[in-house]
Amino acid sequence: MIQTEGLTKRFTKSKKEAPITAVDGLTLNVAEGEVFGFLGPNGAGKTTTVRMLTSLIAPSEGRAFVDKLQVGKDDQKIRERVGILTETPGMYERLSAERNLTIFARLYGVKDVNGQVEKYLRMLGLWERRFDEVGSFSKGMRQKLAIARALLHEPRIVFLDEPTSGLDPEAAKLVRDFIEELKTAGRTIFICTHNLDEADRLCDRIGIFKTRLITVDSPENLREKLFGRKVVFHLQAMLPGLAERVRGLPAVKDVQVVDSRLLVSLEDPEAQNPGIVRALVEAGAGVQFVGELRHSLEDIYLEMIRQEEAQS
Amino acid sequence: MTERIRTIIGKEWSEVFKNRMVLFTVLFMPLLFTALPLIMLGTMSGAVGADAGDMTDMPAQFARACVGLSSGECMQIYLLNEFMLLFMMMPLIIPITIAAYSVVGEKTTRSLEPLLATPITTEELLAGKGLAAVIPGVLATLLCFGLFVALLPLVGVGERIFAYITGPTWLLAVLVAGPLMAVAAVNFALIVSSRVNDPRVAEQLSTVIIVPLLAVLFGSLAGIIVLNVTNMLIGIAIMVVADVALIYVGARLFQREVILTRWK
Repeated sequence: MIQTEGLTKRFTKSKKEAPITAVDGLTLNVAEGEVFGFLGPNGAGKTTTVRMLTSLIAPSEGRAFVDKLQVGKDDQKIRERVGILTETPGMYERLSAERNLTIFARLYGVKDVNGQVEKYLRMLGLWERRFDEVGSFSKGMRQKLAIARALLHEPRIVFLDEPTSGLDPEAAKLVRDFIEELKTAGRTIFICTHNLDEADRLCDRIGIFKTRLITVDSPENLREKLFGRKVVFHLQAMLPGLAERVRGLPAVKDVQVVDSRLLVSLEDPEAQNPGIVRALVEAGAGVQFVGELRHSLEDIYLEMIRQEEAQS
Repeated sequence: MTERIRTIIGKEWSEVFKNRMVLFTVLFMPLLFTALPLIMLGTMSGAVGADAGDMTDMPAQFARACVGLSSGECMQIYLLNEFMLLFMMMPLIIPITIAAYSVVGEKTTRSLEPLLATPITTEELLAGKGLAAVIPGVLATLLCFGLFVALLPLVGVGERIFAYITGPTWLLAVLVAGPLMAVAAVNFALIVSSRVNDPRVAEQLSTVIIVPLLAVLFGSLAGIIVLNVTNMLIGIAIMVVADVALIYVGARLFQREVILTRWK
């Protein structure tokens, strides 16, 4: 649905200064119906990428295709087919929520303007406030209205730039739930976010990006690639020599002791856990419970960024 | 006119006319500009007889153009011509107020990026914003001119003065030159608005477009420029060229990418 080949964007402030590279050789493939998370620090070039993919700005080099349409050649058609929630979604403050949506529905050439406006106002819980000026709306309500605006023309591809930024937990959850609904409806969603927990929950794959693409994979695969699979054995007490005994077992790659817990790195925990539990019980250890150690996406993200910085 | 242009016009009007200051400008200024010449004519027709007035006070070029008129009528026409410039200024002031805020206003409220992300073309966007600014100004001017003409008999204006006001010089000024100047002013204001980041700067810079008209006003007062049909046609020709140039330059200078990426 979205393909980029060596997509690059440079900005020139003045003729005297050297151009600044915001996006460097981005090559990416986002499949239809996929929720793709685009993660990176502030100033990494995420918004610039979204602007290029939505035909708001032109690439300096490389090519990008959105729904088989080429950025730079089919810009108007691309804008017809994609929906975008911009990082700072401005509204016409003096106009009502309904009027705001009606304007955009007409600009997108929606046939049933009133029907679509009503559908999304109801869906996002704004129907009762439809005649109120947007200037009186809370940040959460504005964000919901901006999401509705991005979806009025039923785009197959939706770009969401920081969709829950600055929202209170309740509003953020509502937006996330709505994105889940969009995902279920089979839309292709490209999310730029700083909220790693959100990306972990929503995204099929994530790309970690800092001017250039550092890595792309599913959150699970990234965890495995970076940290391997680890199992935590909670014991009643740590007996002397227990760690060494476990380390000597076949297929155990590494063992760490943290208080009364054993952190064991394994290739295939599902197959190997019963043997380890047996060995621990035989050695006299009281096994309280066993669980997989799941590194957060934050750990992955920070590790990737650290590695990238070390390389550069 | 496309649906998108109509939508932009409707959007601009919904926003603009919710602003009481703009509404005041649109309503009050034209009424003031209409009342002033009527008051002057009313006062003069009571105080000045057909042969009253001193032609020697008038610029020689204008006096030569007053052949066949009494000195009183000539004096009235001379003063009326200065008010004709007010009617030409009327369709400029209102659109400048609207157009100057048009793009920079969208920048400050951050609504420009979602707007540019729609399939609207630059030409449609500029046409919508331009027409939204020009139409109220031109309509207000035409309505006020109609009111002015309708009220002329009530202020004791003679037939020859009435004929002069409803004659080709005034009609060309109000119906053709004024709207053409409005188009130029709006395009100039849109260019300024798309290149600055502060609405106040946009409005101040946009008012520069009034300077040529003020030059005509002072030229007319000094007798350097006589407002007759020939000069009006020359002015109209210049305005047509200026309009085409400003529309072309405006469309070329409206670079979506620069506007989005340089705006902080």
